[in-house]
Amino acid sequence: MALVNMRTLNLMRSTLVGDSAEAAGGLSAPRRGAVRRLLAGPIVDLMVGPHGIDRYLELISPTLTLHEPRAQVLAVTRQTARTVTLTVDPNRAFTGFRAGQFVRVGVEIDGRRYTRTYSPTISEHDLRSWRRPPVWPRRPEDHPPLLEFTVTVREGGVVGAYLREHAAPGMLLHLSDAAGAFILPECRPDHVALISGGSGITPTIAMLRTLIAEGHRGQIDFLHYGRGAADWLYRPQVEAIAAAHPNVDARFIATREGGERFCAGTVAADAHVLVCGPPSLIDAVRAAHPEASAETFTPPTLALGAGAGAATGTVSFLASGHSAPISPGTLLEQAEAAGLTPQYGCRMGICHGCSCTKVAGTVQNILTGELSTEEDQEIQICISVPVSDVALAL
Amino acid sequence: MPITYGDLTPEQVQTLGHELDAIRNRVRAELGQADLDYIRTVIKAQRGLEVSGRAMLELGWLAPLWLGGTAALALSKILDNMEIGHNVMHGQYDWTNDPALNSQTFEWDTACPAEQWRHSHNYMHHTFTNILDMDRDIGYGILRMSEEQRWSPYFVGNLLYATLLMLLFEWGVAVHDLEVEELFSGSKSIADKRDMLKAIWRKGGRQALKDYVIFPALAGPGAPLTLAGNATANIIRNIWAFSIIFCGHFPDGVQEFSKAEAANETKGEWYLRQMLGSANITGGRLFHILSGNLSFQIEHHLFPDIPARRYAAISTEVREICERYGLPYNAGPLHRQLGSVFLKLARLSLPWIGNSPFNRSYRRPTRRPADVAVTVPAAATREPVAV
Repeated sequence: MALVNMRTLNLMRSTLVGDSAEAAGGLSAPRRGAVRRLLAGPIVDLMVGPHGIDRYLELISPTLTLHEPRAQVLAVTRQTARTVTLTVDPNRAFTGFRAGQFVRVGVEIDGRRYTRTYSPTISEHDLRSWRRPPVWPRRPEDHPPLLEFTVTVREGGVVGAYLREHAAPGMLLHLSDAAGAFILPECRPDHVALISGGSGITPTIAMLRTLIAEGHRGQIDFLHYGRGAADWLYRPQVEAIAAAHPNVDARFIATREGGERFCAGTVAADAHVLVCGPPSLIDAVRAAHPEASAETFTPPTLALGAGAGAATGTVSFLASGHSAPISPGTLLEQAEAAGLTPQYGCRMGICHGCSCTKVAGTVQNILTGELSTEEDQEIQICISVPVSDVALAL
Repeated sequence: MPITYGDLTPEQVQTLGHELDAIRNRVRAELGQADLDYIRTVIKAQRGLEVSGRAMLELGWLAPLWLGGTAALALSKILDNMEIGHNVMHGQYDWTNDPALNSQTFEWDTACPAEQWRHSHNYMHHTFTNILDMDRDIGYGILRMSEEQRWSPYFVGNLLYATLLMLLFEWGVAVHDLEVEELFSGSKSIADKRDMLKAIWRKGGRQALKDYVIFPALAGPGAPLTLAGNATANIIRNIWAFSIIFCGHFPDGVQEFSKAEAANETKGEWYLRQMLGSANITGGRLFHILSGNLSFQIEHHLFPDIPARRYAAISTEVREICERYGLPYNAGPLHRQLGSVFLKLARLSLPWIGNSPFNRSYRRPTRRPADVAVTVPAAATREPVAV
């Protein structure tokens, strides 16, 4: 109970700090609120119709949008050989996140926008507590706590490789609202175990930082599995936290160098376990802690009912002129097997990066079981399987 | 009776289709940053003209500001409707994945709801281009634009209706998809059209409120001048859009087709129909931008979802193909093309021209030399038409 109170207290404090900052800003803060309200109001909406206020504000500055969450890259660091860490300044349309959630991040590469999902790695309170100072004049102390993403370069991936190579201060990112159910319980448990593998550290570092910001007094076990020391993300930051907080126990394990695998007893049985990483790690953790909350960054395996799995027929890719008999797997996999290179993002139904028009036929969403029978529907091909002959605009 | 021209064989038409497919695929593969930068520059210019035009018109009692404001606002609306709106809604920039350039969600600064335009234009007109009784852009349901349209006393006013349509073009376009003639013939009732009417009322209402109430009201005592400036800008845009669009398919020499000709078309025949049924307008770079590159109507009809800035380069290849296949390539300056459109409107108002009860000698035209034997290709070799 004491812990919950502590967190509430922190939230209250941050609200108060925000208010006092606004008061210190004199008249400018309330006036600014009025301007924003006016700009987002119905009269201005008519005046800037049909395009909307954001289409004009973005021409003054790309992050001035009222409705579209966007961010500008402020700093770029490269923690490891296969990652890049972006410190970004989100605009006010970005409404915050809970530690462990993800944000869909859009990046423009050669005229095309690609969208990927990344988890912010800062404490969830950093963004919440902060109120944007007046647009002008900007004082150095107005500098906001910034959002941070760490992007891993994947084999054959477009966005990771591009960001690692080309990300630079000033670059514009398109954000979405945060989403995802992989979060700390509202009532913080006494003993928390944060376990991650590879890039799965991004949500767990946010959780660790959030708990520290809340003054969490219970035990925190932070376990990270990476290929080797050269691939460990956030090691100095985690070790600094562990050094300053005796209740934090941090361990980095090199899986390629014979590091000990996760097994029963690695963390105490009474711990509240949160795990993010490859399916093998999640399986190992779940074997010892069946109620652990987990998130994987790899696609779910296909578990089809007899109906959908038994479908026979042809998938036609109209734009490229290819076609192939229906095979097991998602439409995205079938397109790739047919030699196409369709766009994709998360490959697990989150980001809509692979959405394309299904011109004809019936497909089933393997996540929801939902059937799509209409013609000309936008579908997510990474989570759709054909139930009949299907024609895609690919 | 497949579509052909001169002594082209069905095999040649098929090869023609493949050549055009190759151009399309090549250009689509080339699309990239330069195309996105271009449309964003045009959008920036349009928004700049719009904001400055509206600002100037708020001070419309100063004559130079009224003139400048009206001109800037007219240019803004022309750019918005032609190079930006029309082209974005064709899906020319869907490949960018930019929601602001998404064909399915874009709205434009005119009375017509984008949703209805996408149906009447992108689908109906571009699929059934110049097929009599299918392409409702032939005469827009109110004009006699073809000798094969049967004359009636109503058409004496052909020129008058065209002039009115020109001045009120945005409202003509707004009700185009309604297919009002279905109401007159009784095949559809007002109730069938309720949703469409509502959408037109909503969109047109917001446009009118903006141009004729809110911005004038902001000018206080100068309201009548602001209103006059806004109305003038809308009318200038109307005249311009009408002129460019009517030059696309109605100048002399552009062909029409019958439903029978277009039945079971192959891809090659579809391309051929688009080429024979469209006409270009020649002019400078700025003219092409202001026409939304619809001055390259032939290229636009061949490749409606290729970014329009590419049409100029594509046109040299299309011209070369036309020469090689002995096909006409209808192009001329604006005054000549528009002159021939109005001449046609005037001619077709006369009762003794074309299909008319006063013209007993009228025979439906045969569209190809009778001595050329055309063999219909076997069904198996027919390719589906890309819509």
